[in-house]
Amino acid sequence: MSKITYDTDKGGYQRKVIIKSVLIYIVLVILTIICLAPLWILFVSSTLESSQTSKFTLIPGSYFFKNYKTLTTDETFSKSYLPWYGLRNSLIIAGCCAALTVFFAALTAYGLVVYDFKLKTPAFVFIIAVMMIPTQVTAVGFISLMEKFHLQGKYALLILPSIAPPAVVFFMRQYLLSSFPLDIIEASRIDGASEFRTFLTISIPMMKPAFAVQAIFAFISKWNDYYTQSLVLAVGSDVKKQTLPIMVNSVSSVRNQIDHGAVNFAIFFSIIPVALVYILLSRFIIGGVAAGGVKE
Amino acid sequence: MSYAKYGYIFILPFFVIYFIFMLYPLVDTFIVSFKGNGLGPGVIARHESQRDWVGLASYKNILYKSGANHEQFLDSLKNTVIIWVGNFLPQISLSLLLAVWFTDMRVKMPGKGFFKVVMYLPNIITAASVAALFYTLFGGEYGVLNTIIDPKNASLWLGPADVWRARILVMFIQIWMWFGNTMIMLMSGIQGINESLFEAAEIDGANSSQTFWRITFPLLKTIMVYTLLTSMIGGLQMFDIPFMLSGNNNGHVNNEYIKTVACFIYEKFKGTENDMMYGVAGAASVILFFITSILGALVFYVQRDKDAIEKNRKRKEAMKEAKRRAKGGGFSI
Repeated sequence: MSKITYDTDKGGYQRKVIIKSVLIYIVLVILTIICLAPLWILFVSSTLESSQTSKFTLIPGSYFFKNYKTLTTDETFSKSYLPWYGLRNSLIIAGCCAALTVFFAALTAYGLVVYDFKLKTPAFVFIIAVMMIPTQVTAVGFISLMEKFHLQGKYALLILPSIAPPAVVFFMRQYLLSSFPLDIIEASRIDGASEFRTFLTISIPMMKPAFAVQAIFAFISKWNDYYTQSLVLAVGSDVKKQTLPIMVNSVSSVRNQIDHGAVNFAIFFSIIPVALVYILLSRFIIGGVAAGGVKE
Repeated sequence: MSYAKYGYIFILPFFVIYFIFMLYPLVDTFIVSFKGNGLGPGVIARHESQRDWVGLASYKNILYKSGANHEQFLDSLKNTVIIWVGNFLPQISLSLLLAVWFTDMRVKMPGKGFFKVVMYLPNIITAASVAALFYTLFGGEYGVLNTIIDPKNASLWLGPADVWRARILVMFIQIWMWFGNTMIMLMSGIQGINESLFEAAEIDGANSSQTFWRITFPLLKTIMVYTLLTSMIGGLQMFDIPFMLSGNNNGHVNNEYIKTVACFIYEKFKGTENDMMYGVAGAASVILFFITSILGALVFYVQRDKDAIEKNRKRKEAMKEAKRRAKGGGFSI
């Protein structure tokens, strides 16, 4: 149908479309450069010798491995940045949080969708109401809780709260409501399966897509969570127990006294894991953001 | 057989953990705000039980003109608003423009997926690393880029006296980190618009800008307001970038011009022993909580399902009508 309309002025219309496409392309290329340039510059500066780092260059040097060596052997660094410990600790915390978040969010959402009980609606309203409360406003009470029960430096304080993620419960509930056939539960009951078993063996496999997206987001957001981690694993505490964001911050706040190339390597090292996760899973991640599954 | 008890069992872990780790700290924050700062003559009372009740003193401290921390709090609020506005307006314009381009069927664009992936990339990188990275580029005399942009004043960047360059840098980083996210959200909003509307507009001979202002923009209003409000809530909590960019030491922000409310609170309860003030931190948190709650309530108001509410209202009316009829006559009340 539309072809007929264009036929009268096809040449002009085509030309307009091409010009517009070219202009859009130029803008997109510029934005791509802006997005990637800082990361490239960071990579380059992690390959330079300390004395060269204040000069601007886009060509990598040959100090990459030497900087790594300085970072891992120099004593000034071992007080604030231990790359492999940081990596391990961040992995433990983010991994546990992601697993707990998706499992318990699914459990809670399943409870809210499948069963009928008196407090069902109030419970759901409560979850919606607290969804927007940010961690920052409860930090004072959080610190007080930590000090009262002597939980400073304990990973439990960082990991356990992941059992109660309101936003993820909300998302999982929507997912269940839209794509989970409730009849299947009845069938499973007739077959004699217990309620919990039904949840584990029937609903979890059916929720795989939601699990994947939410686990990725939980992992990334916990990996990046400097704020809460800085409350529990404060500066001055045992370096071997700290996570990468804490280490990056402490190493960059004493940067003026130490090897710049190695500091840059330290920062670069800290972004490799998330960047890898992102490159491998970008399709899921972009799809998840579009579905409104992300809450930061 | 009733399955109701399983409902309670399944949702129990969530609520137990929520009450311990989030609700209790929230309530405790309110309590702390009515207690003292923990600073006596020569004593620092870290423990809540050691601090006296002081009523509204902490609120007066930050809200009244005579209060010791009034100016600091007001400045941090001002910084937060300035940085948020300077980040949100360019960000939403850029994201909207990109979202329209990406969803425009008429524009041929190979590699769309690649651009989306690249533009979302900055959002997933740890803010601590982003701050450290930008500090490497612009911080003081060691910055790589500031020595090129402004060689004469290179050493002043991000220093204690640097006002606008520091603020603009924070705004820029916030835009850099978030425009991809906003763009994808707006794109899914545009894709939700009934396609036949765009087709009809095309047949009627509407050009791109007419289509945008008459169709896309009005129909995106809800999602734009949602973006605005959630961005405001996020903006009020802005912490990582300004805190770490100013070369903090011991929980202190060196540059006063990018010190946000969240930084102010953090400084008050985590700062050096001398200026630790639990009460003030608590009071500021409570104020922040109420502002956020109002914004959050607005989000739900905007997103409410108008059709469902209308249906509900009609159903109630019908029920009233039926009752009235049942009472007899239907004329008297």
